[in-house]
Amino acid sequence: MSQPTQQPPGSPPIIAPGHTISSVSDKITSIVLKRHTPRGWYVGFAISFALMMVMLGSIAKLLFEGVGVWGLNVPVGWGFAIINFVWWIGIGHAGTLISAILLLFRQEWRTSINRFAEAMTLFAVACAGVFPLLHVGRPWLAYWLLPYPNTMSLTPQFRSPLLWDVFAVSTYATVSLLFWYIGLVPDLASLRDRAKSRFFKTVYGIFALGWRGAATHWERYETAYLLLAGLATPLVISVHTVVSFDFAVSIIPGWHATIFPPYFVAGAIYSGFAMVMTLAIPLRKVYGLQDFITMRHLQNMAKVILATGLIVAYGYAMEVFFAWYSANPYERGMAWNRMTGPFAWSYWALMLCNVITPQFLWLKKVRNNVALLFLICLIVNVGMWLERFVIVVTSLSRDFLPSSWDTYAGTVWDWSLYVGTMGLFGTLLFLFIRFLPMISIFEMRTLVPHSKQKAPGEGEAS
Amino acid sequence: MFGNPKVKGPVFGLLAEYEDGNALLDAIRHGRSAGYERMEAYTPLPMHEVFEALGDKNRLPLLVLFGGIAGAVTGFALQYWSHVIHYPYNIGGRPLNSWPSFIVVMFELTILFAALTAVFGMLLLNGLPRPHHPVFDVPGFEEASHSRFFLLVPAYDPEFHMERTKQMLSATATVQLSEVPNP
Repeated sequence: MSQPTQQPPGSPPIIAPGHTISSVSDKITSIVLKRHTPRGWYVGFAISFALMMVMLGSIAKLLFEGVGVWGLNVPVGWGFAIINFVWWIGIGHAGTLISAILLLFRQEWRTSINRFAEAMTLFAVACAGVFPLLHVGRPWLAYWLLPYPNTMSLTPQFRSPLLWDVFAVSTYATVSLLFWYIGLVPDLASLRDRAKSRFFKTVYGIFALGWRGAATHWERYETAYLLLAGLATPLVISVHTVVSFDFAVSIIPGWHATIFPPYFVAGAIYSGFAMVMTLAIPLRKVYGLQDFITMRHLQNMAKVILATGLIVAYGYAMEVFFAWYSANPYERGMAWNRMTGPFAWSYWALMLCNVITPQFLWLKKVRNNVALLFLICLIVNVGMWLERFVIVVTSLSRDFLPSSWDTYAGTVWDWSLYVGTMGLFGTLLFLFIRFLPMISIFEMRTLVPHSKQKAPGEGEAS
Repeated sequence: MFGNPKVKGPVFGLLAEYEDGNALLDAIRHGRSAGYERMEAYTPLPMHEVFEALGDKNRLPLLVLFGGIAGAVTGFALQYWSHVIHYPYNIGGRPLNSWPSFIVVMFELTILFAALTAVFGMLLLNGLPRPHHPVFDVPGFEEASHSRFFLLVPAYDPEFHMERTKQMLSATATVQLSEVPNP
């Protein structure tokens, strides 16, 4: 991480010129410790908190009456719960990609966006976890999914992809939490040393674990961080692969396809980067972080969105091609039903959002226009939700037996729970940006040119 | 490795402050050539060169390897025991030890155990959490997490001698030299 910053000629810098170790530290710590909380924070937090209450209300209704309040039926036994679970998990993946994979590739521009991308991962996984937990019907017995010694002498079925998912997602949640927290420790020490109030000094001090920046500690710390990145990289790919196994291992037409794992992973990164942009664009504006999250970051992320969007488009094309080439009447019927059946609106809306919209990112003008980027990212977020809707609902609603065919629509409780988890996500995110440094301070110090020498004109540190 | 030896007497060590990393590196080399083996440096950002100059060892990678192996073994043992020994259940005449379908959980547990070992092994080897350390009592040390560089020569270093060590540190580019009180 201490390599000199490489930069292609003519592109915007990854950190604005003129910063020193001291100014970087001051600027980021002051957001948490000194600056007046912007009014936008209160508004955003209030809206998120209200939505979180909607979520709790929706859960209360569900637990009181049972999963019948949802729009599930036979044959559509997997509805919003699975759609939203996959959507949230996918969003989380960009955080790990930024913090782990880009770290291994020494992409230094990742530094300023990695902390809140990791936080986004953590909160997205928390939101994702809500759905399968409630979908089991009796969430207070969800621990039955884990292998533990019990009086019934039962163990879970380890040959089922649904159980693989339990292990994959819980490992992912644990590793994401560790990665995020370990990354925070040196910054918590900075906050402890800068905080004026005794209360915050103590709280930050407890979570900083007594970090004092000893060189031997840093060495093991960097090793641990790098190893975690190396471990998180295959993990993140395995998580969405296993999620896609939930579908692909079954024999339902439209699900039973070998393309599912790579296509799901690409879709996850696609939606995740769109979400990072959706968050980063307002944040840098409200907190004046244009020095640290520069146009270079937005352009690079736009390119990742374009590339993964093309992979996703290839996935859609291959699904249709496989259906035709397999000569399997059920697969063909399935593909035709997607395009012309009762849910054709969702299929064509998906094509519009996920295939057509990102093509605008080929244009440099669009990549340089923050408002347009924000709009495209919102559309991609919607598109990725539609993708999961198309996969889940169109396949299930047309069973092998035409007599059991049915339609599907989410009820008000489906929608309130989905919108409510956005409130949970927002609440956690707003608390995070208020109380923790949203940009990694110590990693930003390493980006400062000649960070290890004394900067000219830098007097006694304030 | 696991925390530091106890120090008797009123002084824990001598702490020298530097304005940049290069001055610190020069000071460490100077100290090493004078025979000091147990010095510790404090920097606001990770600096591999400083660690190398101090001449310490890092055994974490080996530990993490063992953690990962333990995870894989646990994963396989758990599933083999469940499906072959404890609750054998014939599904479509497939073998009880259907190892290909055990791979996913083995993989996830490998990652989980290795990651836990990386984090907790790092904390253990670093002797953290340790909320208080004598260097925290030195006024101005809070700059170590901000923008300043420090070098500590602890009293448990065999070469430590109040006057001689002071002279050695004064010969470097230090901006401030303080005694670390021993609580």
